[in-house]
Amino acid sequence: MIDREQVRKVAHLARLELSTAEEEMFTTQLNGILDYFEQLSELDVTNVEPTFRAIDASNITRQDVLETHSDREAILESAPDRDGEFFKVPQIIATD
Amino acid sequence: MASIRELHQQLIQKERSAVEVTQEALDRIQAVEPTLHSFLQVTAEYALKQAQQVDAKIAAGEEIGLLAGVPVGIKDNICTKGIRTTCASRILENFVPPYEATVTQKLIDAGTVIVGKTNLDEFAMGGSTENSAFQRTTNPWDLDRVPGGSSGGSAAAVAGGECVVSLGSDTGGSIRQPASFCGIVGMKPTYGLVSRYGLVAFASSLDQIGPFGRSVEDAAILLGAIAGHDPKDSTSLNVKVPDYSQFLIPDLKGKKVGVIQETFGEGLSPDVEKSVRAAIQQLKELGAEIVEISCPRFRYGIAAYYIIAPSEASANLARYDGVKYGARAENADNLMEMYTRTRAEGFGAEVKRRIMIGTYVLSAGYYDAYYLKAQKVRTLMKQDFEEAFKQVDVLVTPTAPATAFKAGEKSADPLSMYLIDLMTIPVNLAGLPGISIPCGFDSDGLPIGLQLIGNVLREDQVLQAAYAYEQSTTWHQKTPNL
Repeated sequence: MIDREQVRKVAHLARLELSTAEEEMFTTQLNGILDYFEQLSELDVTNVEPTFRAIDASNITRQDVLETHSDREAILESAPDRDGEFFKVPQIIATD
Repeated sequence: MASIRELHQQLIQKERSAVEVTQEALDRIQAVEPTLHSFLQVTAEYALKQAQQVDAKIAAGEEIGLLAGVPVGIKDNICTKGIRTTCASRILENFVPPYEATVTQKLIDAGTVIVGKTNLDEFAMGGSTENSAFQRTTNPWDLDRVPGGSSGGSAAAVAGGECVVSLGSDTGGSIRQPASFCGIVGMKPTYGLVSRYGLVAFASSLDQIGPFGRSVEDAAILLGAIAGHDPKDSTSLNVKVPDYSQFLIPDLKGKKVGVIQETFGEGLSPDVEKSVRAAIQQLKELGAEIVEISCPRFRYGIAAYYIIAPSEASANLARYDGVKYGARAENADNLMEMYTRTRAEGFGAEVKRRIMIGTYVLSAGYYDAYYLKAQKVRTLMKQDFEEAFKQVDVLVTPTAPATAFKAGEKSADPLSMYLIDLMTIPVNLAGLPGISIPCGFDSDGLPIGLQLIGNVLREDQVLQAAYAYEQSTTWHQKTPNL
């Protein structure tokens, strides 16, 4: 079971500002969904290894070769706010 | 609209030019788009330019490939360089990718004509395309109904004759289910067969790009063009891609087809069951031996999936922070406010819901109970498939438990929407290839889909069974009245 306070906490972890209506809705819906997950307890998973990748292709490496992107300006232009060749964000360190 | 091979013949025999073919597609789009709303963006100018290049090659006497001059639609979660790619989300409303996805680069190199970017559930999260932030795509067979999702735009565009083939992405059924709802062919390849470079990530261990077509052959040709190893995707499989056309043989002698018993239980619509049972009988008449197969853990797929996929999504979508690209909320006083407001304004309800589920199940104290458990269940489900493929070449199930539902019908209850993916999700969890092909219509005249599943990298078996069935029936020749 998940309560309103936990929903608020999870929203903060996920960096989501929720309205009061959303908090209420998600509390109800998440409880329904978590309840549905309970059916997994019917299965015995003792000594079962997890499958993180359906088809294992781990430790794929390649040479780390430096390449120049063809269109640096297009990348900078995608930013909501920029200052020359920098991405610009609101103040990070509080002054008070 | 003609098939890929028919179009190719017309082009090389100079009966029509690529520009004429493209113009015909654009005219069709203009005529039906006010009803279907399949496209978020039509790239008419770009398409005509691509077509002119094909015509120039033909005029110069150069040889052209099968796909040259073929109008194609691209799901709008696949990055196209210089062409807006929105994922049907407010947060990417004005995003213009500075790079090209591997699949679209391959299609451009093959000379296909990209006519536009198709609608989807926001970030490919949904089963009806109703979660698009911009528009509701209709089902070409019944405008009051959904086209399925999340690749609903790509499916409706092909079913409605707006393009010959299209690309979608399939994380839990997002190609096969809309193919089923729209009465066309849709295929999810083996995980890793097609590069995900440039596909906006939703659930990285499950996402896979695949083709839509009006026939198995068209889908097979498109698959052949996009498959193959890509150093830019570390999960891409380093395997040789065969010419899939060689497997299109209308005969199933010596083949073993397994029927997953657990997919014929409670909740299956009687019309769907009747059509799928008839299709299995047809496979038998084509020479296949029918074997009853049990996959006892099949039904746990939805629960495992809705833990694993949102977990991966919550991590993947953390990148939308309003800094480097995408939208940013205005008037935030500090960095934290900028993050939380940007994401609050930029994401729709379903995306927020999945981020919340994922963040919760991954949070301290819950990891073992949910995420780890789900990944272990995934192992058990994989084992069921492995056992099955010791006995048979392909497995068969309905693609969806029911036909297309009415718009708005499931919007209020997210769990009821999740349950539509019952038949398709286990295939993603195991990384297997699966196809949906038309196998009939219900009493309301809505299309029904048959799902065929193959073992890892056995696209050949899936395509052969699908082709043999298709060639012995006429379902795929029926088109909606628009």
